[in-house]
Amino acid sequence: MSASGAFAQIFATLIGVALAPLLTGWLNQCRAWLQNRAAPPLMQPYRMLHKLFHKDVVLAHNASPLFRFAPYAVFGCMLLATAIIPSLSTDLPLSPAADALALVGVFGLARVFISLAAMDVGTAFGTLGGRREMLIGFLAEPALLIVIFTMALIAKSTSVTTIVETLAHHELVIYPSIAFAGIAFTMVSFAENARVPVDNPATHLELTMIHEAMILEYSGRHLALIEWAASLKLYAYSCLGIALFFPWGIAERDNLFALLAALPLLVMKLALGGACVALIETINAKMRIFRAPEFLGTAFLLAVLGMLVNLLLEARA
Amino acid sequence: MFDLLAIDGLLIAAGAWLALGLAGLWRPLRTRLVSRVLFPLSAAIGVFVGALGGLALGEAPQTAVLALGLPHLPFHLRLDPLAAIFLSLLGFVSAGISIYAAGYFRHDHGIPLGMGALGLEYHVFLASMLMVLLADDAYAFMIAWETMALSSFLLVTTDHKHAAIRSAGYLYLLVAHIGAIGILLSFGVMTGGAGDYTFAGMRAQHLSPFWASIAFLLALFGFGAKAGMLPVHAWLPEAHPAAPSPVSALMSGVMLKTAIYGLLRVSFDLLGAPLWWWGVVALAVGLLTALFGVLYATVQSDMKRLLAYSSIENIGLIIVAIGLTLIFHAYRMEALAALALTAAFYHCLAHAGFKSLLFLATGSVLHATKERSLGKLGGLIHRMPWVAWLALAGVLAGAGLPPLSGFVSEWLLLQGFLFTPGLPQSWLNMIVPIAAAAVALVAALAGFAMVKFYGIIFLGQMREPALKDAHDAGFPERVGLGWLATLTIALGVLPSAIILRIDAATRQLLGKGLAERVLEQGWWLLAPISPERASFAPLVFLLVVVASVALGGWVVKGLYHGRLRRAPAWDCGYHFQGPRAQDTAEGFSQPIRRIFAPMFRMERHFPSMRDREPYFSVKVEDHFWHWLYLPIARLTARISTLITNLQGGRIAVYLMYSFFTLILLILVARP
Repeated sequence: MSASGAFAQIFATLIGVALAPLLTGWLNQCRAWLQNRAAPPLMQPYRMLHKLFHKDVVLAHNASPLFRFAPYAVFGCMLLATAIIPSLSTDLPLSPAADALALVGVFGLARVFISLAAMDVGTAFGTLGGRREMLIGFLAEPALLIVIFTMALIAKSTSVTTIVETLAHHELVIYPSIAFAGIAFTMVSFAENARVPVDNPATHLELTMIHEAMILEYSGRHLALIEWAASLKLYAYSCLGIALFFPWGIAERDNLFALLAALPLLVMKLALGGACVALIETINAKMRIFRAPEFLGTAFLLAVLGMLVNLLLEARA
Repeated sequence: MFDLLAIDGLLIAAGAWLALGLAGLWRPLRTRLVSRVLFPLSAAIGVFVGALGGLALGEAPQTAVLALGLPHLPFHLRLDPLAAIFLSLLGFVSAGISIYAAGYFRHDHGIPLGMGALGLEYHVFLASMLMVLLADDAYAFMIAWETMALSSFLLVTTDHKHAAIRSAGYLYLLVAHIGAIGILLSFGVMTGGAGDYTFAGMRAQHLSPFWASIAFLLALFGFGAKAGMLPVHAWLPEAHPAAPSPVSALMSGVMLKTAIYGLLRVSFDLLGAPLWWWGVVALAVGLLTALFGVLYATVQSDMKRLLAYSSIENIGLIIVAIGLTLIFHAYRMEALAALALTAAFYHCLAHAGFKSLLFLATGSVLHATKERSLGKLGGLIHRMPWVAWLALAGVLAGAGLPPLSGFVSEWLLLQGFLFTPGLPQSWLNMIVPIAAAAVALVAALAGFAMVKFYGIIFLGQMREPALKDAHDAGFPERVGLGWLATLTIALGVLPSAIILRIDAATRQLLGKGLAERVLEQGWWLLAPISPERASFAPLVFLLVVVASVALGGWVVKGLYHGRLRRAPAWDCGYHFQGPRAQDTAEGFSQPIRRIFAPMFRMERHFPSMRDREPYFSVKVEDHFWHWLYLPIARLTARISTLITNLQGGRIAVYLMYSFFTLILLILVARP
């Protein structure tokens, strides 16, 4: 592990941790504009976090230590996910520690912790949210894995950095399999990040909640960590999408200038992606929970189709 | 100088187990003798067996001949790396279970014949599993196999005063014997008519593809019946909940793996070169088993049945890995075959660890609450923190999450799937990735089942007032649970070291292993093909997560504050917050029942609006019962009634039967 690699690693992770709430703020702003509302300031998520960290934690009488541990575990998982997804450069010393399959495992670990924490206090909405989260999880995870399989088949590697390096270098031929995988990945990311067609992050109607229902009992620093982790998850998914489908511009050397040169490009891509997410969220209505299996089933089939197209048409190339 | 080989040590261990069992008979009603002395000794022997198995992995095969058995057919025994892996599994896992049993069986809860009888059955069961793994001829193998089936049957029916437990035991015995017939016939085919029942003789036989396939299919059926493979799985969800929890743990964790051992022994060692379509058959059956098992696991309301179905799922995954190995091996792609076989071995070890852990945890819950139904549990993490936190390791491993043991095997298996392009058959190339998709679905559903298991038992509010008196597990139980949890974590965090050990068996079966690749990368990085292709370093993974958790807590509390106060739960201001407002086990799995409705046979009752006493009920049953088992049972009953017609009760008719039989025999068996 070189010193510059370690620097790049820490730099990219810190940038991720710092930028993630900004992405959420930008998304909320775009949504507000598109929906003819007055937009909250861009920095609103930071103020929110700051406020929450200041507040006391109010813990339900019935909450167990698991409930208190879960926010830290979820945050740790998301931090690791952010660290191993190449956002600025592909020379990440932590990358061999967890490949794309382990990345799916990290998201799974965070999901299990938050669902267990949701069930811990033993309220009606908590268990409801935990159950729904696991439902979305087991529908989305296979689709995500198949998307990663397709990319791994193209790059002949499951290491995220190798995939990105391979994809960034191949000539601009449109692989039909990548198109299928891209659509499937987009659908999965909406479901995984509790965005509109599947869940509504701004909802106040308890019966339709998924993510929000799970964190109803959290307050103070615990809630802040969970909100931050949710922003980080959105950031990680966005970076993964960018790394898999638009990898151009990610630095492969790791001196400071290369990183600084890659940063504006990343911010631009994220801003564009955030605006697209806001647009999709605005023109779609939230669906009933039992439409989600159809939605994610479609994503799964598209992903499998992408993989088959790759095996049938592109394997010889 | 008399040289004591590992195999002699193992035989001594088997003898010691038997002796411990017999010692219990000395004072069968003295519960304290059995629980305080014999079970801990048995655990010590378990560690010894495990260590010997681990040592024997690195050595050349050893053989021995025991002068037992028929006059010209002594017991042949052989200790090779394949057997050594499973011996190691048997020893280490049973050590944890035995020490737990020392606490679990400290009171005899009305066990009819006294603790001595139970101790005898338990130790005979252990010794017979050891002999199954050492056997080197069909005769010794079948004797040990049947002893194993009978002793476990007696253990399952420990509590034989309940009719449900008796019928579960009966079903188990029935399926075990149908399976044993399959195994016996398979051995018969493999002798090739030469009459040599030693395994060495079978290896020397070169069967035609047709007969080899027959032998393979019979073995798959026979060993599958013991392992809980579809469609001969029906005994497993009945027998596991019926048995006392340490016995369930032993059966699920270890006994099912002896069946996997048998399947590996026959298909790779005894049968020589496999045909590619064997792998496809195993892959398909394994996938169906895994999907079936996990779906049914998610909808169970009895905690031990849930785990039993989850065992079916895991056995399915192991059979998938074996199928993949067979496909690669048939096409001489040995490096990939080694990868898939390592995944199979690893999943055997991982499942043995975490499933025993979970079964033992249910045992502690059962002891503390007298309750198996998930609908009457809840909130036990407050009363049983030791059990709850140790069970969490098992739950995370069972859900296939990093950095625990279940993830490593899943990762290896998925890597195996990813390398399939390159198979000579193009349609195989397409089917195998779809199988990978199904494996991904199984893994994700396993997470659902495990969250349900843990969340409903240990988290939330207590669903019954009596749970307030639940007590945590005693010291020996904690040691047993802690040992198995340590195994689960070690298997998750140190995969390279363990793969280096089990590599000898992979090499024995396939002629090629993963060791060089693993050694190249150093002990902390698991990169079975090359680091560019795929790598996973669970220790680094764990350290990063732990470090960020610690750092997060420290920074947050340092920069801001650590204030905390307790208040009633908020729940959006709803007034009623009783335990009945939580999901029941049935409620939790409602999405699964709805999405996968055709997979279940459901009987539901919904109240109408005018019901004076409204109630909801749902009963989920297995399709196989109605479409396979019950028709066969009816057919058997009908044939039996037809045959009873022969029995007229008149002696003259019976004499006539004898006369005709004699004439027929003379006609047929004329020299």
